[in-house]
Amino acid sequence: MRQALEPILKINNLQTHFFTKAGILKAVDGVSFEIAAGEIVGLVGESGSGKSITGFSVMGLVDPPGKIIDGNINFKGKDLSALSNDQMQNIRGNRIAMIFQDPMMTLNPVLRIETQMIEAIQAHDGGVSREDARIRSRDTLGLVGISSPDERLRAYPHQFSGGMRQRVSIAIAMLNRPDLIIADEPTTALDVTIQGQVISEMQKLCRETQTALLWITHDLAVVAGIADRVCVMYAGRIVEQGLVANIIANPMHPYTQGLMGSVPSQNQRGKPLQQIDGMVPSMLNLPVGCAFQNRCNYANEKCSNMQPDITQVADGRQVRCFNIPAGQQL
Amino acid sequence: MSASANKQSYDLPAAGLRKFWLDFSESPTAVIALFVFLIILFIAIFAPWVSPSNPYDLTSVDIMNSRLPPGSEDFSGNFYILGTDGAGRDMLSAIFYGLRVSLGVGALSGLVALILGASVGLSAAYFGGRFETIMMRIVDIQLSFPSILMALIILAAFGKGVEKTIIALILVQWAYYARAARASALVEKNKEYVEAAKCLALGDKRIILSHIAPNCMAPLIVVGTLQTAHAISLEATLSFLGLGLPITEPSLGLLIGNGFEYMYSGDFWISIFPGIALLITIVSINLVGDQLRDMFNPRLQK
Amino acid sequence: MTAFILRRSLQSIVVLFIMSLIVFVGVNLVGDPVDMLINPEADQAEIDRVIRDLGLDRPVSEQYWYFVVNAFQGDLGRSFIFGEPALKLIVQRMPATMELALVSLLMAVVFGIPLGIYAGLKPNSKFSKTIMAGSILGFSMPTFWVGIILIMFFSVHLGWLPSTGRGDVATYFGVTSSAFTLDGLSHIFLPAFNLALFKLSSVIRLARAGTREVILQDYIKFARAKGLAESRVVRIHLLKNIMIPVITIIGLEFGSLIAFSTVTETVFAWPGMGKLIIDSIYNLDRPVVVAYLMIIVVIFVMLNLIVDILYSVLDPRVRIKGVS
Repeated sequence: MRQALEPILKINNLQTHFFTKAGILKAVDGVSFEIAAGEIVGLVGESGSGKSITGFSVMGLVDPPGKIIDGNINFKGKDLSALSNDQMQNIRGNRIAMIFQDPMMTLNPVLRIETQMIEAIQAHDGGVSREDARIRSRDTLGLVGISSPDERLRAYPHQFSGGMRQRVSIAIAMLNRPDLIIADEPTTALDVTIQGQVISEMQKLCRETQTALLWITHDLAVVAGIADRVCVMYAGRIVEQGLVANIIANPMHPYTQGLMGSVPSQNQRGKPLQQIDGMVPSMLNLPVGCAFQNRCNYANEKCSNMQPDITQVADGRQVRCFNIPAGQQL
Repeated sequence: MSASANKQSYDLPAAGLRKFWLDFSESPTAVIALFVFLIILFIAIFAPWVSPSNPYDLTSVDIMNSRLPPGSEDFSGNFYILGTDGAGRDMLSAIFYGLRVSLGVGALSGLVALILGASVGLSAAYFGGRFETIMMRIVDIQLSFPSILMALIILAAFGKGVEKTIIALILVQWAYYARAARASALVEKNKEYVEAAKCLALGDKRIILSHIAPNCMAPLIVVGTLQTAHAISLEATLSFLGLGLPITEPSLGLLIGNGFEYMYSGDFWISIFPGIALLITIVSINLVGDQLRDMFNPRLQK
Repeated sequence: MTAFILRRSLQSIVVLFIMSLIVFVGVNLVGDPVDMLINPEADQAEIDRVIRDLGLDRPVSEQYWYFVVNAFQGDLGRSFIFGEPALKLIVQRMPATMELALVSLLMAVVFGIPLGIYAGLKPNSKFSKTIMAGSILGFSMPTFWVGIILIMFFSVHLGWLPSTGRGDVATYFGVTSSAFTLDGLSHIFLPAFNLALFKLSSVIRLARAGTREVILQDYIKFARAKGLAESRVVRIHLLKNIMIPVITIIGLEFGSLIAFSTVTETVFAWPGMGKLIIDSIYNLDRPVVVAYLMIIVVIFVMLNLIVDILYSVLDPRVRIKGVS
């Protein structure tokens, strides 16, 4: 297990809301977590839980009508939410890099790979010559397992397969040796066999280069394979976070339990898959009290009146629920 | 999701007139434009009754009154709010009569082009096969040439005159209607009600006319408004060049053309005022057409 | 790539033949060829002689054959008014028209694309709304009327610019153009601007629509995520992507620029092909009309071909076969 080092990213009560004509959408409603140097953290949640917006908020890439209205994002001592766009430009692609979900749409179809890689280098280090940048790009392509990198540099994105394109995106993310990579569903659009390869390679890369990784996904199984810690998100808030091993072995929040139960596994062969009844509430119309109450088996009156706060549990675990067995609470 | 979007794609304008107006009035510019256009239409239809004088009645026109600037009076006490032209005709009246001709020619050619083009387009979509390929090829080739060139070619071949100009305008426009009709008919053709009609063994003509055509009306109306504006502009250009309508049927274009020479000596009103009238007409029709197009565009529907 | 060019060239030649057939049919079968090609003031003996000369008493297919053969040799008839070969007249005037069309195109592109991109990036700013309103106006106003207004304002009223004719020419790099002299520029400005105005509004609309679509794409967001300056994102990532449809349409519309030059040249008395054709139609100088039509058809077909090839060069997805 990794030694917990000083956190490089500390998010505290992040609130990102969307001001639409239909109302205020609280996409991220009070999210707090930390990532230590070299640590791999998973951010799990279904669509609409606000996980991607959390990632974009850190990068400062929230499109209007969205806006970060509260909270701070502390990265190596600086509050990112308070920085100007120009200042953020220095950090993006440099100290914090991002990988998107669909590699087909992420790479510009009319520019060569080398153009898209060299510009990422030269944007942050004006002194680098084009040839040096090209060599660095080529080496990084080799690092992510792309053969004949010299030829590949001259190619266009549509000449690559999906898995290769994603590797190129990973390479671009690693070009400037960032401290943190935010990966937003990087393997969701890939074939299952390729998924496994990309996941294990990313894990290896991050370990070797001591790069912190925030892996955003809806798939708990993926997180289980790669992450040290995991945060579970629901309706804009984190409902449970802690060490992966602990959470998988003993999920405490009813939602996490539901997620675990719905993952098909060897143990449950022959039994019907569990489902979580109900649907995510509309983000424009969140209920008073706990957002999960209408799908929860343990919900009681307290849950419908008040929103639960974070409860600290053993081993650095946090759960947002009123119904934790008393013995487990700290 | 897509099933409901399909059904909702085009609303018949006649049914749900109230909804139509609600949607249309979302753009105040379009409402103003419609209002202005209705005024122009009124003037055009009732020109003989609305004009201060009949500029083509030779007995009421006196060459001594020629080239009077706007706002002047003549010896008989007639007030010329927009001045007079080179022959002594009242500009305002000339413009009113000119509107009549311009709108008349534009609307007539548009209507015939619509009927012709829609028939071809609908049949092409419905019957498909070689017929469709050939017709659409012709449409494509014609549409790749600018309309003014087509018109010039036709007028060069057939000569000048009222009927020939109208025919030229029709021949230029039908392709736009054909293409629009075919596009929407193709969409409609695959819908269930067409299959149902076929099951009932209704004749082809009946299916096309009674079932498919009404549902294609909306985009055709949009094309119609924009094309009419285009036709009016084209006719004005041709008349200005001396190749369109003859002097006996003076459209706004001809008035502008006639007044062109006087501009160099400073008598600008003979050319400019008909031009302004033409501009207002075309812009108002275009604005209405734009709003109609946005209204019927399924991609912009809420 | 070469196979592609070859195929398109062959198609173009087929279209050329079809169009020549249509022109031939139009002149000889629809109109009265005697009227078309023979001076209306000729007497009967003259008419008979010309009929024999032109082969109008021969069967139609033979006439077409001679028509094509003559066309290849550059003989498209002789003008009634000028007495010169029609083709020669047109070719003499072509440089002036091309010059006008090219300067207009340049104006429309140089002003239109940045304005359109701006309107696409900031759709709610006052300036953008003014641009869009202006483009509707530009689209609605008939070209000849804009020309008249321009003349009235800049020539008659303000006296800044001349209203008619073409200025002095100069030759650089083997190209003779009036755009190379100051006097030439002052003469070409108004008509080129007039011609450009119509195209300007459609270029602006195109650039704006393209920008609005492209700016939402993931690759733009990804470019920003790499920390690229916004100016680079717009200059390289956005521009290259909207250029493809924009250039295609601009290329095709160059043809309509040439067509509309007929109007502008008449208004500004610009000595180009356009003015010639209008005068010829008016004066019933049919051979010139026929020659002009054939030239125009050739220009159009070539233009389509060039644009097709340009499109495949610009879009690497068309040029190089991909994986998926």
